Parts: sequence; C-alpha cells; structure tokens
Amino acid sequence: MTGRLRLGGQVVAVAVVAALLGLLAWKLAQGESEVTSELKRGGTPKAPAWTLERLNGEGDLSFASLRGKTIVLNFWASWCGPCRDEMPLLQQGSKRWQGKDVVFVGIDAKDVRGDARKFLARYGVTYQNVYDGKGSMIGRYGVTGYPETYFIDKTGKVRYRIAGPVREAADIDDGIERALAPT
Amino acid sequence: MRHLLLALLALALAGPATASEVKPTPAELESELVCPVCETTLDTSDSPAARRMKVYIRARIAAGDTKSEIKAKLVDQFGPTVLAVPPRKGFDWFAWLLPLVGLAVGAVVVGGLAWHWSRGRNDEPPPADGLEPLDPELERRLDAELARFE
Repeated sequence: MTGRLRLGGQVVAVAVVAALLGLLAWKLAQGESEVTSELKRGGTPKAPAWTLERLNGEGDLSFASLRGKTIVLNFWASWCGPCRDEMPLLQQGSKRWQGKDVVFVGIDAKDVRGDARKFLARYGVTYQNVYDGKGSMIGRYGVTGYPETYFIDKTGKVRYRIAGPVREAADIDDGIERALAPT
Repeated sequence: MRHLLLALLALALAGPATASEVKPTPAELESELVCPVCETTLDTSDSPAARRMKVYIRARIAAGDTKSEIKAKLVDQFGPTVLAVPPRKGFDWFAWLLPLVGLAVGAVVVGGLAWHWSRGRNDEPPPADGLEPLDPELERRLDAELARFE
C-alpha cells in the first residue's frame, strides 16, 4: 500500500513539474509576437487589427477602416523622451505624404489619457491618434520599446519596422517606399 | 459596558479607514498601484511612466478625489492590472481563494501521509531481538550448516 502511495506521489510530482515546464515554454513562446518573429525572418506578417478610441477626434478608429491605404503606425507615450524628439518628424511626414493614399496613425499606449492629449496639442499633431491605455496592441505587434513605427502596405501586411525613434525624414520616406514597393 | 467598549473600538478602527478613503496619501496609493510599463508598484518604480502616474495621483488628490475614485479612473485608463491587489469580486476572487485552497489541500495531503506512515509502522510487530527476521529457506540452510559443526 505504501509503495503504491509513493508511486502515486511520484507520478503527481512529475506531472506537476511537466506542467510547470510546459507553462514556462508557452510563456516564452508568447514573449515574441508573430509580427516580430516573421519580420526577423524576412516575411511580411499580417498586421493585427484593432478598434481604439480616438485621442484627437470623436469615437473610435478601426484598423479595418484604413484598408487599401499604406499605414505608418507609430507607438508612443507622452512620458517617453525619444517620442518627443521624433513627433515633429512624423507630423511633417504626414503632411508630406498627404493625398498619396498614405495615412499616419499614432497609438498612445500605457499612458495617462489627459497627458496624451496635452502632448498632441503641444506638438501640433494633426494626424489620427488613438488611445490604448491597457497596451493591448503592444504584445500583438511585438513592440519592444517606445517609440516604434510599423509600415503597413495596402493589403494590411507589415513590410518594415523601425524600433526606436525616427531620426530623420528620410527614415520615414524609406519605410513608406518599402511598403509601397511591389512584393 | 462590553457593548460600549466594542462600539468605541469599532469607531476607533473605522476612523482611519474612512480618512484614508476620503483623503488618501500619495504613498498609500503608490503602494497599491502598479506601473503598467515596469509592472512593479509605483512606490518602487522611478520609470518615466511611473513618475507621470505619481504626478497624476497627486493632482487627483489635490482635486479632492477619494481613493476609490482615483483607482477607478486609473483602472478605466490602464485596465484592472494597474491594481497591485485584485479586487474581491467576480473572477478575481480566485486570486484570494486559490492560495487558501492550496494550503488546505496541502495540509490534508501531509496529514494523510503522516497518519498512513505512522499507522503502517504500528501494524508491524517489532522483531524480538531488534533484528530483521531471516528468510525461512536461509534460516533452514544456516541451521543445517551450524549442525555440521556440532
């Protein structure tokens, strides 16, 4: 009887360890989004869809409503220093590419809503910005830090990513050209 | 007399709790809220996001918001993960109950094993000379060998 009990205990212990290892493996696999890993492999992953509250405008904006346009998707937050540096470049870029079926969209993530609105007003940002306080898109896009910019083609596929701030106007133009280039 | 003492004790305890709810201090809120970027409590974080949240908390306290109102506003913006301790309602009750259930199950398992082992030892008759009894076949062979020397 004791032997059977001991064997049962050992089976349970091994099962618990196996379950914990499985959980660890799953967590590690979740750490890198499909977008990031496929981009690293040279692929063009499908951009995750979203519907988020507008920061400079009324109601929500959905990713689906932008279908057919080339999208420059910038993740930022008002407390992020490099985001301040690149914001004028993005605003200028949105003007430069206006009327060419290219839209600029900012996703303000993990930020205080009021701070984000003040930030947009301070930098005179006129292109569309949405609020993702919970940061639900951070993991899905595989954002590794702030700021990060994704260039999405007309079919909704991510073609290029700039991790970190945009340093000069040419960086933006280069990303858009890549998204516009035929596959 | 006892009822009066109990009432006074209840009042004495309720006073600080109400004061904390109506006029919270930044320090207590910072220990109960989590920085959404670094995922540690605000009082242990000096990240830019945490600093902005601390400024926000101080501004809301100055505006006269209660502790619950400030927490509700932050949950509305950052989601329930901004709370260091899950609320005692709905699915979040599991976070409170599971450790207790785990402890209870562990205690039952350990108690059961201890009882089983102690009972097993009591059931076995102790050897008369403190040694393990020999296998009958071995004992027969040993007797036969010893008989040769007699």
